[in-house]
Amino acid sequence: MDLNTLWFLLIGVLFAGFFVLEGFDYGVGMLLPFLGKDDTERRIIINTIGPVWDGNEVWLLTAGGAMFAAFPAWYASLFSAFYIPLVAFLLGLILRGVGLEFRSKDKSPKWRNLWDWLIAFGSFLPALLIGVVFANLVRGLPFNSRAIFAGGVLDLVSPFALLGGLCSLTLFLTQGALFLSLKTEAEIRTRAIRFATIIRYLAFALLIVLYATFPVSSENRILSQVLRVLTLVTFAAPGWLMRKERMGWSFALSSLTLVLFVVTVFQAIFPNVLISSLGENFNLTIHTASSSPYTLTIMSFVALIFVPLVLVYQGWTYWIFRKRITRNSNIIY
Amino acid sequence: MDALLLARWQFAATTVYHFFFVPLTLGLVWLVAFFETKYVTTGDESWKRMTKFWGKLFLINFAMGLVTGIVQEFQFGMNWSEYSRFVGDIFGAPLAIEALLAFFLESTFLGIWIFGWDKLSKKLHCAAIWVVAVGSNLSALWILIANSFMQVPKGFSIQNGKAIMNDFVAIITNQHVWWQFPHVITSALATAAFFVMGISAWHMLRKSHSDFFNRSFKVGAVIALVATSLVALIGHGQAQYMIKVQPMKMAAAEALWKSENPAGLALFSIFDEEKKQDIFTVRIPRALSFLAYNRFEGEVKGINELQAQMETKHGPGDYVPSVFLSFWTFRTMVGVGFAMIGIAALSLLLAMRNKLASNKLVLWGLFASLLLPYIANSTGWIFTELGRQPWIVWEVLKTSSAVSPNVTAGMVLFSLVTFTLLYGSLMLVDIWLLTKTAKAGPIEENLEHN
Repeated sequence: MDLNTLWFLLIGVLFAGFFVLEGFDYGVGMLLPFLGKDDTERRIIINTIGPVWDGNEVWLLTAGGAMFAAFPAWYASLFSAFYIPLVAFLLGLILRGVGLEFRSKDKSPKWRNLWDWLIAFGSFLPALLIGVVFANLVRGLPFNSRAIFAGGVLDLVSPFALLGGLCSLTLFLTQGALFLSLKTEAEIRTRAIRFATIIRYLAFALLIVLYATFPVSSENRILSQVLRVLTLVTFAAPGWLMRKERMGWSFALSSLTLVLFVVTVFQAIFPNVLISSLGENFNLTIHTASSSPYTLTIMSFVALIFVPLVLVYQGWTYWIFRKRITRNSNIIY
Repeated sequence: MDALLLARWQFAATTVYHFFFVPLTLGLVWLVAFFETKYVTTGDESWKRMTKFWGKLFLINFAMGLVTGIVQEFQFGMNWSEYSRFVGDIFGAPLAIEALLAFFLESTFLGIWIFGWDKLSKKLHCAAIWVVAVGSNLSALWILIANSFMQVPKGFSIQNGKAIMNDFVAIITNQHVWWQFPHVITSALATAAFFVMGISAWHMLRKSHSDFFNRSFKVGAVIALVATSLVALIGHGQAQYMIKVQPMKMAAAEALWKSENPAGLALFSIFDEEKKQDIFTVRIPRALSFLAYNRFEGEVKGINELQAQMETKHGPGDYVPSVFLSFWTFRTMVGVGFAMIGIAALSLLLAMRNKLASNKLVLWGLFASLLLPYIANSTGWIFTELGRQPWIVWEVLKTSSAVSPNVTAGMVLFSLVTFTLLYGSLMLVDIWLLTKTAKAGPIEENLEHN
């Protein structure tokens, strides 16, 4: 395996981490005003992700940074093409981040309620838009011979792209609800499980439609199909587990679904990183978009040392904060 | 306005805004770590209250720096895609390393610190804030390594119209960053120290929590004096280095049109930038030569000669940055910096003699000087980045060739308006919340969260 492939995989890993971790962060954020009926309940919900959301968001920043470092042309073309959606994406991240930090620092119910809705809205935007980006990545967009985006905003929001957005949105809502079922007790937990049971059907249906209309990778058709089936199976399986209230397993499988979703997308485009709808020879590949072998070598050493380290100490965080949050907990935020 | 100009405005606005919050984060974290260490080693609860009070202000400020930082990372690709394509091989690496090495560390351990008070041992909890301090300052180092490549590019060659890294060690040992990083870090400490002094002074005026704020003030004053002095010393070395590597930037900072030997230092100057002429100027003879070379003679190159040199090297064009802005931002930064050294010295003297509490005027003055580091930090960065123009990478790539070709003026305007409105309202909210929290003062443990 050459370094270009390694970095393609690594960026896939970073996005997979982002989908799993920010998946439940955004899900919890969106569910906040709906599942929390009073102030204490809402604080409990916020505190389930309180210690970890910021570290989770770094997965996205690192994925972006890794794209910039390893495939500058990919980063440049993609980010300038998705200009307006990314403004909305950033707007969401800002409102949500500030909201989580500021929300409980004043007692006024109006203040808190306003931030709760802004947190929900700020979580909704990236949850929807990441799916729009990924769907467009698979379908391809009008990039010209210099890999510069030659379309307009409307090209970015095709029905297929919106379907992708709804998929990530509902998958994240499922992930968030399952996470809440693990981290809370009593009423919130019951509501979260009930919500997860319903939203799963919608997510499942959307995913099937999306996959049915997904272009198949020309490289390896069998693997493409296997990945799709696996994604659907891992997503369907918790139905049985949830009836038995095996929430830990349900959450694990939902996380696996998100990983497989990212893998499916990355496998579908490989060895391209950017597909041009104007002609195959305009595609950017892991070779034409990449940095020099020298830069990739240095970055590989950095990644091989620090990614495992990050996994260890982030894992440790989840261990420290493994307990459920209840009305009797010392609620910080 | 065209997309280029709007994109530059957006970068300037979002960066200056981002850097309102960053220095306080970088500096205050060390103070909070110091307070908590005192608490852990002495067991004295009043240090714990200090940790919590200043820690809370730290967190409100941190959130703003964090969320505005994400915009910065995205912006290179969104507005400056040609730049990203051109330097990605070099510039992307420090950004990715920053995320992997520093962002993960600071954000993960900050979460542990905020939520871990009753879940970790005292020592382990204290260690968490030290990790946050190291992590956030490491992130400053990596982003400055990236910036230094734009100022004084090292360790690369041009291949197929792109800058390709050929020496990573040269990029991270770039002399520019090793002047810039200490300058930024000490400025950040000075910012935090003035913040602590300003808020403590305000409470002293109201005679609330006297003991608490006297103690905080003294810690702040000591750090302020040490940090501001270091900022000036390092800044001096940095300016001498700048004359060597970016002579045009220094000539613009001094509005020095013709090369001079010995060169005088302008205290005040009114000039006609079009005609490249002074109208009225006050210069200290020989002083610029002295600052540049530590002796009272030596040639400092002027704008006209440097412009001619650049034209020979890079073809016809305007290679002079805005002299008006360079001259006045540089002067503001240096002037405010020196004022801060004076204020820090005076504060320490008065605090040691316990004469502060009785002196209302001084206390009001100290409260107001909370703004000074913000002025110096912003003008310093505006000078550094504007003085580099018309280059985005010094003598390698022009800013005008760096903007995204597919992004229209309307799109940039849309994002500029969105971010301006958002940032404007958040600034109001942030200041309101900081004021409220600062006014409330240290709150007893059991009353804190309800």
